[in-house]
Amino acid sequence: MPLVPASARATRDAVGFDARTLLRITAMAFTHRWRMALAIVSTVIAGLAQIVIPGLIGQAVDHAQGLLGDAAVATAQVRAALWQTAWLLVAAAAVRGVSTMTQNYQGEAVGHLIAHEMRLAYYRKLQRLSFSWHDRVHTGELMTRGILDIEGTRLWVHTGILRMVLLLVLIGGGSAYLVDVDPVVGALALAFVPFVGVGATVARLKLRRLWFALQEELGVLTRVMEENLGGIRVVRAFAAQGFEMARFDVISRRALGIAHRRIAVFVKSTTTMTYAFFLSMTLVLWVGGERVIAGHITVGELTAILAFMTILQQPVRQIAWMVNSIARASTCGGRLFEILDLEPAIRDAPGARPLEAPVGVLRFENVSFSYHAPADGPPAGTADAEVPATLAGVSFEVGPGKVLGIVGPPGSGKSTIAHLIPRFYDVTAGTITIDGTDIREVTLDSLRAAVSVIQQDAFLFSSAIEANVAYADPWADRSAIRQATETAQLHQYVSQLPDGYGTLVGERGVSLSGGQRQRLAIARGILPQSRVIVFDDSMAAVDAGTERRIREELAEFTGSRATIIIAHRLSSLRHADEILFLEAGRVVERGDHAALIASGGRYAELHALQTDPLGHTVGPGTQERES
Amino acid sequence: MSGDAPRQPLPPHLGRRGRRAPLAVVGSQVSYEEEMFGAAFDGVVVRRFWGFVRPYRRLLAVAVVGVVIFTLTQVMVPLLVRYAVDHAMAEGSGEVALLRAIALGFLAVVSVNYASNITQELMVGRIAGHLLFDLRRAMYRHLQDVSLGFMDKTEVGRLMSRLQGDVSALQEFLETSIFAIGDFVLLLGIVTVLLTLDVRLGLLTLAVVPALLLVRLVWLPRARAAFLRARETSSAVNGALAENVHGVRAIQEMVREPVNYTLFEDKAGENLRSHMVASRYSNAMVPVVELLTGAAMAVVVVVGGSMVLDDALPLGVMVAFLFYVQRFFDPIRSLTLQYSIMQRAMASGQRIFEVLDVPVDVRERDSAQDLAPDAGASIEFRDVTFGYEPGRPVLERVSFRVEPGETVALVGPTGSGKTSTMALVKRFYDVWEGQVLVGGHDVRELTRRTLGRNIAMVLQEPFLFSGTIADNIRYQKTEASQAEVEAAARAVGAHDFIMRLPHGYDTELDQRGTNISLGQRQLVSFARALVADAPILVLDEATANVDSYTERQIQRALARLLEGRTAMVIAHRLATVRGADRILVLQDGKLIERGNHDELVAHGGLYARLYRLNHASFDDL
Repeated sequence: MPLVPASARATRDAVGFDARTLLRITAMAFTHRWRMALAIVSTVIAGLAQIVIPGLIGQAVDHAQGLLGDAAVATAQVRAALWQTAWLLVAAAAVRGVSTMTQNYQGEAVGHLIAHEMRLAYYRKLQRLSFSWHDRVHTGELMTRGILDIEGTRLWVHTGILRMVLLLVLIGGGSAYLVDVDPVVGALALAFVPFVGVGATVARLKLRRLWFALQEELGVLTRVMEENLGGIRVVRAFAAQGFEMARFDVISRRALGIAHRRIAVFVKSTTTMTYAFFLSMTLVLWVGGERVIAGHITVGELTAILAFMTILQQPVRQIAWMVNSIARASTCGGRLFEILDLEPAIRDAPGARPLEAPVGVLRFENVSFSYHAPADGPPAGTADAEVPATLAGVSFEVGPGKVLGIVGPPGSGKSTIAHLIPRFYDVTAGTITIDGTDIREVTLDSLRAAVSVIQQDAFLFSSAIEANVAYADPWADRSAIRQATETAQLHQYVSQLPDGYGTLVGERGVSLSGGQRQRLAIARGILPQSRVIVFDDSMAAVDAGTERRIREELAEFTGSRATIIIAHRLSSLRHADEILFLEAGRVVERGDHAALIASGGRYAELHALQTDPLGHTVGPGTQERES
Repeated sequence: MSGDAPRQPLPPHLGRRGRRAPLAVVGSQVSYEEEMFGAAFDGVVVRRFWGFVRPYRRLLAVAVVGVVIFTLTQVMVPLLVRYAVDHAMAEGSGEVALLRAIALGFLAVVSVNYASNITQELMVGRIAGHLLFDLRRAMYRHLQDVSLGFMDKTEVGRLMSRLQGDVSALQEFLETSIFAIGDFVLLLGIVTVLLTLDVRLGLLTLAVVPALLLVRLVWLPRARAAFLRARETSSAVNGALAENVHGVRAIQEMVREPVNYTLFEDKAGENLRSHMVASRYSNAMVPVVELLTGAAMAVVVVVGGSMVLDDALPLGVMVAFLFYVQRFFDPIRSLTLQYSIMQRAMASGQRIFEVLDVPVDVRERDSAQDLAPDAGASIEFRDVTFGYEPGRPVLERVSFRVEPGETVALVGPTGSGKTSTMALVKRFYDVWEGQVLVGGHDVRELTRRTLGRNIAMVLQEPFLFSGTIADNIRYQKTEASQAEVEAAARAVGAHDFIMRLPHGYDTELDQRGTNISLGQRQLVSFARALVADAPILVLDEATANVDSYTERQIQRALARLLEGRTAMVIAHRLATVRGADRILVLQDGKLIERGNHDELVAHGGLYARLYRLNHASFDDL
């Protein structure tokens, strides 16, 4: 499926002009000095060659009429002159062809080069921007910027800068030539230029707005169709085909309406442009003809003017493209630079040192955190009102060979703890240390290599199973991959797949069940042998029996590491050395399983709920017990 | 895993930077680009395509006439100039009156040109637009009815690319075909006019046309390969970018940034090079065309000029030739491009009609009836055998009856046929043998509407649509009032969380409702079934893991939903199973045990084993 994001962008900034952005793109283009110089020189030559050609044509017509300076020259001389003009025409055509080719090619090449540079910079920037920023932006929006905005920026070199140069040469040089031939007819010949230039530009900007509107409508249509086909069982379960078709028709008709409006605007503009050109030509033919008859100009000169008009027609229409290109490059470039200029909120502190040979003693000291902490880039204007902290005053320590369990209702801040350890977010208050060093004082790379977080809803990459397992260490050898997969109780499944470890997962690959995905994530998480390992509810979809086997296999592995287990299922936690019960970001109970049960608090209550679900549930006929 | 010494390896890529990571890749490993080098004409596709064009044939006729008139007036322009030069501006005998008449004639011709230009462009645009929407609608309509077996096997993404890309290819084909007529007429017109004006000069000048054509034909396949390659590398780069966007958290988590960046650099570099090559190809034609055009002009100048000098050719004819020569290339370029457009259109057409040809297995019979209000909400399976592939039944001779008001739980290992049983009640598929009866009538004798009204269904995956929460709750009963919606939400315990959302019931859900939690989606899907208020409920209990708090809420909601209805529940949770009036145990498509919990435990069969094996849930059996 094409990667164009379903949600089209808003019509806002459909038209824009931002000199700073344009200058910045232009400056990028001019870093390719020689290519740009060559492109501009070629453009000027191409323009000049185009002006020469109509003159030569006119000259040839005059020769043919026997006009060569004075009337009475030998035909042999005239023939020689014809040959000369012919050769000059061929030469001019060749020069024009080669220089146009060079202009186009170098222009496009510079465009591709800066697109390449921006693409790499964009990719790298996205890799580095922190979670808090990624949380706020829509992935579709990021794809749009990475595809369409780079495209819009790239085209500026060719359709913006170079086309402008060409137009200046053509209209400047052309008017000089025309005025020289005959000011009146020349002016008539150029009369269509302002009309077409302005008319085409206005129409193009209008078309641009309609295009955005259409894209938006089509985005809705795409979403509706995608959902319908993806949820076809729901549609049929509710016998909602009629409703779905009606919905499709409404959107579809709306889109068709815009499409028709667009065509109407487009047709009206292009045909009127052509008509303006032809009207100009009519005037030239009439007035020019009369001046030929009156003997002011020759038939050859009239021919030259008409030929020049033909040549000028195309570039003049392209004024519209140029203006469009300005608007597009302004908005697209602006959006790109906005991201490229961001500084990640979470990055290595100056003088940060790598965490060397960590033992893995992790300490939370009075840690508080709120998701509304400063994000990347300039502050977002208004300060947020006081928001409740996600974590408040959390302290604990876990070292090699120890297991810390964390439990609590949804939204109590369990996963937040997991996110703070590798510095996906920075604490708002308090400190987190590893081996006594504040994690903000070590390099991010070394910190994240020392910590492994296994998420509940792990993102799998669409590549082979082995590549997924070895994601954190793509140099891992087969035996290490196999061992990690065995520990995660997935080897048996993988080995019965036709392509074994080479089987693709993700789009077009095998689809894994929730439990299998989690087991793959576990294999991936334990492979790099990190010192601190966090299971963030990462066995929720694994059945109890398999989970027990994984735990047994892991015992040796976790024996020398600091382990944190976040879980809903208390059976996953009962062997932990310490268990924290989290509620609204605070530790409300702590202790080992036995102690917590004995204390009869929230933990004990949850334990009762899980071991005796029958008391609270039911079908008809069973009495519901109110809690 | 070895319990190794407390040694921390450096991040792998830091320690071994010199060596390429053997197991690292970025982006999808599957290419989506479809092969484009098929036949340029497929009679079947064209004939069926014509079926879609037919309703617009009047407009089409107007468009074609417009194209032809437009082209002819274009051909006339140099002729008029010629006429003016030869008759009104001839040496010594200039006639101002004639010139003015010619100028008026010129005005008339360009005005006709204007009118026909508007007509053709507008007509073509409109027809193509309608066609696009008609084709898409036909496919979409068909997909609403095709067998679920087909939908299960086909990825949504692939259908979408047919609904969008392929449909656009046919639209483009129609548009360009009409304009191609114009190009053809233009080429023909120019050739005719040149030969009529002067055969010898005409033939000499036209000598460049075969040369142009030849160069173009040699160039085209190579250029196309280069363009295709550029497109492929672009989609590879965009795929890698998409992975970087969607998987950024996992990438940062595992410190894969440097490795991925190097791989991305390779892909982007490949993309850059292929675009440079494509650009070279597309621009290589420019000097060739210019040179050949220059050569043709040189021929006119030398040969034509000499003829004029010898009075063998009127001056105006030479002028006209000079204008025509500059127009040769346009139609030739469009016409050669047309070939690849046709190839693409034929391939797309085949894919579109393939979808339209997918058989509809489950059709409503003409004699189908609505259930009578007093029919009674019973479900009965009589000796049902059913499967998805011939020879491999997933249900074999299954018989049971669910009485009105009864709750029956279906239990069994994965693949035992539970989901198929449920699908048959709703007639998602037709049985191979036997009968499924609802309210005492064979489901094949009932209308789709009546099945929809009488049977509410809750699927395992709580699939929600984008739109507001309220819209989702009233999905089946669109006329349900706000009060009804709220009452249903309250009954299943969803009201409180909905009210806490920024816009309450009017909160817009993201695609598939991902902005609320799984448990919450489950509750909304219960409310949706409750609003439908059908006497029969078919429910596939979610296996998805939710925390114990949400779990408790869902169990309560479920109890409320089952109240007073006939229900068939695929149960995963012991609590649900025990609450049922009866339990049916399926294994390998056969009904092996039936009875209530205590009876089955006492019986000591599969159910008893499952019960003892796993404490609180039947998941992952």
